[in-house]
Amino acid sequence: MRRIPLPSLRAALLLTIAASLLAGCGSIEPWVKPYERANLADPIMSFSRDPVADSYVNHVYEAREGARGAEGGGGGGCGCN
Amino acid sequence: MRVAPKEEVAVAAAATDKRTRFHWGLLAAGALGFCLPLTAAVLPEDRADALYHAYSGGGLDVSGPSVLARKQLGKYTSLFGNYYVDSISSASIDVVTTASPYTEYREEKTLGGDFLYEKSIFSLSFTNSEESDFSANSTAFGISHSMFGDLTTISLGYGQGWDTVRRRANKAGDLDPGFEEKADRQRFRLGLSQVLSKNSLVDLNYELITDEGYLNNPYRSVRYLDSSGNYQYQSEVYPNTRTSHALGLKALYYLPYRAAIHGEVRGFIDTWGIDAYIGEVGYVHPLGRDWILEASYRYYTQSRADFYSDLFPRQDAQNYLARDKELSTYVSHGLGLGASYHFAQRGWGFIDKGSLNLKYNYMQFSYQDFRDLRVEGYTPGTEPLYSFSAQVLRLFISVWY
Repeated sequence: MRRIPLPSLRAALLLTIAASLLAGCGSIEPWVKPYERANLADPIMSFSRDPVADSYVNHVYEAREGARGAEGGGGGGCGCN
Repeated sequence: MRVAPKEEVAVAAAATDKRTRFHWGLLAAGALGFCLPLTAAVLPEDRADALYHAYSGGGLDVSGPSVLARKQLGKYTSLFGNYYVDSISSASIDVVTTASPYTEYREEKTLGGDFLYEKSIFSLSFTNSEESDFSANSTAFGISHSMFGDLTTISLGYGQGWDTVRRRANKAGDLDPGFEEKADRQRFRLGLSQVLSKNSLVDLNYELITDEGYLNNPYRSVRYLDSSGNYQYQSEVYPNTRTSHALGLKALYYLPYRAAIHGEVRGFIDTWGIDAYIGEVGYVHPLGRDWILEASYRYYTQSRADFYSDLFPRQDAQNYLARDKELSTYVSHGLGLGASYHFAQRGWGFIDKGSLNLKYNYMQFSYQDFRDLRVEGYTPGTEPLYSFSAQVLRLFISVWY
C-alpha cells in the first residue's frame, strides 16, 4: 500500500476542516439575537461617537508621535439594521 | 557652550514642527472616509458638526474651526464634506534653538461619499491640504461588508497621497525658487469589527503605510560636536522610504447599569527602527437623559529611530541624521475629560436632535534622549532632558437632521 506523505495528509486534513468551517458559515446562527441588541444600539457603545472630534485628536497624536495607523475608523452601533 | 547656528539653519524661520503634518491629509481622508458604523449595511446618519479646536503646549499654539456635514441622497448614497483650518503660532523648542518664531495657516478640504449595496458599503474620499510651503492631496477608498447576522463586519481600505514640499527662503516667507520636492504615500487597511455578546464588541485593525520621496523636514537640523568640544548644526538627512505596520485592538463593554468602558492596545513598528506601544482605557457615563460624561487615560511609549541622535560625534557622522524629538525615545501620558449635553431630543424644526460638547485633554511628554538646549552653561550632551505638557480643547455643536 502506498504511504501518503505526512505533509500531504496534513494538507488534506486542513482542507477538510476549512471546507467544513466554510460550509458551516452559511448557516451560522447569530448568537446575539436582534431583540438582544438594545445595549449595543446605545450611542455610548460607539468607538467613534463624534467623527469630527476624533479625527482632530488623532491628528494631534499623529503630529506628536512617531507611530501612525490602525487608529480604527469604525464606530459602534447596534448590529441590527 | 552653545554655538550660533549656521546661516542656513537660522533662515529656517518656519516650521520645524512640520514633519508629521505630511501624513495629515492622508489621515483625514482615511479617518473621515472610513468612519462607518459597526453595521456596514447602514449608511451613516445625516449630521453636521461645527468644531473649534485649540492646542497649546511646548511653545506651539494651534487653533481653528472644523466643519463636517453629511447628507444622504436617496436610499443608497451618503455624501460628506469637511472644511478644516489650523492657525499656527510656534515658538517651540526646535524653533527657539535653531530658528525664529513663526506663524502659519493651513486649510484643508475633504469631500467624500459612502455607497450602500446590499450588505456592503463602498467609500471614496478626496482631501486637499494647503499651506504656504506645503501641499498635500490624497484619496482613500474603502469597502466594508457585514456578515453573520450583522455581528461581523470586515473592511478593506486603500489610500494614496501626493505631497509637494517647498521651503521658505527668508523670514518674510518668500519661497526658495530652487527647492521643490515630492513625496508619495500609500496606506492599506484591514479591519474586523465583531459583536461578542449583547454587551460587548471588539474592533481589530491592521494598517500598512509606505512613503517614498522627500521625507525630511527642510528646516530641521541635527547638532554635532566640533573639534573644540562645542556643537554645530547641519541639516537633517532622512531615508527616502519608510514603511510601517500597526496593529490595534479596541474593545467596548456595556456595564450592568447604563455606562460603558472601553480599552485599546496598539503596537507599531517601522523600517526606521521605531517601536511604539499605545494603551488607552476610558469610561462613559450618561447622566439623566441629557448628559454624557466621559474620562480616559492614554499611555504612549516609543523607541528612537536608528538614525536619531541628540548629539552626533562629528559632522556627517553617518548616512542618515535626525534630531526630531518625535523620532527619539520618549513616554507620554494623557488624560481626557468630556461632557456632552443633548438638546431638542424630540426634534425642533428640521432638526431631529442636537448636542453641545466640550472635550479636554491634558498630555505630558517626557523625552529620554532629547535634551533642552535653551539652558546655558552645560557641556554638550549633559543638558537636562526635555519634557513638556500640552492641553487640547475641542468645543463643538452637532445636529442630526
